[in-house]
Amino acid sequence: MYAQLVETGVKRIKSLDEMSPQERAFQEKIDAEIKIEAKNWMPDAYRQTLIRQISQHAHSEIVGMLPEGNWVTRAPTLKRKLQLMAKIQDEAGHGLYLYSAMETLGADRDEEIAKLHSGKAKYSSIFNYPTLNWADMGAVGWLVDGAAIVNQVVLQRTSYGPYARAMVRICKEESFHQRQGYEILLTMMRHGTQAQKDMVQDAINRLWWPALMMFGPSDDNSPNSAQSMAWKIKRQSNDELRQRFVDQTIPQLELLGCTAPDPDLKWNAERGHYDFGAIQWQEFFDVLKGNGPCNQERLATRRNAIESGAWVREAAVAYARKQQNKNAA
Amino acid sequence: MSVWTLYEVFVRSKHGLNHKHVGSVHAADDAMAIENARELYTRRSEGVSLWVVPSALIVASSPDEKDPLFDPADDKVYRHASFYELPDEVGHM
Amino acid sequence: MNSTQDDLIHYLLLLGDSALIQGQRLCEWCGKAPAIEEELALMNVGLDLVGQARNWLDYAAELLADGRDADDLAFRRDERAYRNLLLVEQPNGDFAVTMAKQFLFDAWHLQVLKGLCDSTDLRIAGIAAKALKEVTYHLRRSSEWVQRLGGGTDESRRRMLAAITQVWRFTVELASGSEAETRLAAAGIGADPAQVGAAWLHQVEATFASVELPLPPAASHFYLSGRTGMHTEHLGILLAEMQFLPRAYPDATW
Repeated sequence: MYAQLVETGVKRIKSLDEMSPQERAFQEKIDAEIKIEAKNWMPDAYRQTLIRQISQHAHSEIVGMLPEGNWVTRAPTLKRKLQLMAKIQDEAGHGLYLYSAMETLGADRDEEIAKLHSGKAKYSSIFNYPTLNWADMGAVGWLVDGAAIVNQVVLQRTSYGPYARAMVRICKEESFHQRQGYEILLTMMRHGTQAQKDMVQDAINRLWWPALMMFGPSDDNSPNSAQSMAWKIKRQSNDELRQRFVDQTIPQLELLGCTAPDPDLKWNAERGHYDFGAIQWQEFFDVLKGNGPCNQERLATRRNAIESGAWVREAAVAYARKQQNKNAA
Repeated sequence: MSVWTLYEVFVRSKHGLNHKHVGSVHAADDAMAIENARELYTRRSEGVSLWVVPSALIVASSPDEKDPLFDPADDKVYRHASFYELPDEVGHM
Repeated sequence: MNSTQDDLIHYLLLLGDSALIQGQRLCEWCGKAPAIEEELALMNVGLDLVGQARNWLDYAAELLADGRDADDLAFRRDERAYRNLLLVEQPNGDFAVTMAKQFLFDAWHLQVLKGLCDSTDLRIAGIAAKALKEVTYHLRRSSEWVQRLGGGTDESRRRMLAAITQVWRFTVELASGSEAETRLAAAGIGADPAQVGAAWLHQVEATFASVELPLPPAASHFYLSGRTGMHTEHLGILLAEMQFLPRAYPDATW
């Protein structure tokens, strides 16, 4: 998921009796599946949680361009180059849809981006892993976008209207990303050389666990989930979504003729789900804290883009002002 | 601090339909707002026409006024075609 | 191979290679643009150009008929066999250099495509008609940026002036064409390079004048020529990156 460990600032969920009339009306609306819209009254904690979650989601889209930017100049065919460019463009677009939804809550995009650049705001842990061979472009599309889609499909029903609508748009556009990624891998596995097949397995080995971590900590270690679920910002638990992702991904993995780097992975007929091994949560928390393999580079690139582009943005404003004055005169 | 202006974007998807609000963009001027809106909201030929308007210029009804503004319309059933019962012989009207 | 065919192949490579290299330079901006809106826009222009390159190179490969396809032409030719304009292979520099290059190229590109829409070669006319719509938009955007930067702040104006000074010498290839191009134009196939050059200059003059950017004197020929494969040193490095995978794994299927 692109938003992990989103703080709600709420220690304990209030019952309806404990709420003020306004709060109660709000919660009843949520319970009745009525979307909350920008101008509706909402508890401040709900607003702040949404700003944190949506901005985190948006930051992830923008930072998520970078691992692909690493290969877009080296795409091996014109077709692959075009596909990757289109995908990167979508990611910038999805970031903007999300920032736009966030701004309906009264948050300022530039301020939220400044929080990202100062290390205060988070983005998905997955984008702090390096992309080291071309098969990563396939594995990112298949596993990373695949995991994101599992999460985002559910978020189409999230309680805040503008966020839900942004998700509908994003899901519609993103369905091509996962297919594109999988097709890259399938081509390499079915028609490629041994060296290419090795690239695919290598990419899966490196990205498998980080992809599972995308859904965030397990439910018993996810202190903010209960409130987010009560507000229906979040609609399903991290572990439920992770399990769904594993279940739908394993048959695709087998079709590729590849394996997951998990000796404990096996079908559990009793549960009707795949069992999988323990996730190294320490690694997840380290990456989230800023100590992942690429955190420094990713943030430095984004910071530099916005800082070294300041004169461009200022010039555009100055020119617009001059034109306005000229037209007014 | 936002140095660029926030614009709301409206797209008309095909001829004959109304412009529909789709979201917002940042831009330094009107021309850029149209271009940025085009890049963002019509990448997949979603539109044939775009409107952009600075968000600050939108006047919206307040949710507090929902009842006085919209409830009175609820009981004016005679504005709706189904209010009028006609004999079957009239056919489709 | 008759000589018109030879001229045509070179011409298609000029068009295809220029679009491809310009698109490749735009890919380098990924994640580094001065605004997120601009990420989308730069990538969009790049996407159009790489798509056009594929169309031109497909046609060139068919005419060459030596077993190579568009990808082979893009990813397995050395710099001496590349026929792109020198302007597009220049490094991106800052946003002013990027936009100066983009504008000067777009203004040329638009005129060429306009001419090609009337080509007696219907394949060319078809590709050009679609590309013309895209490039009309590219030019609109890049000329606006030249105005914004040229007429914006003191700093942006200083940077735009420096950018023009830096890349102007390469415009000699936009203001005039080769004899082969003149022959193709006479045959009704290509765009007339003299007309293209004049219209290009007219556009550049008008845009520069709108924000009082001085028009430098006409650039003159100086040894290098993209059309004959005499490139700056920048192209080789660009190709080394772009061509890495097909070169390192010649038997691979991607």
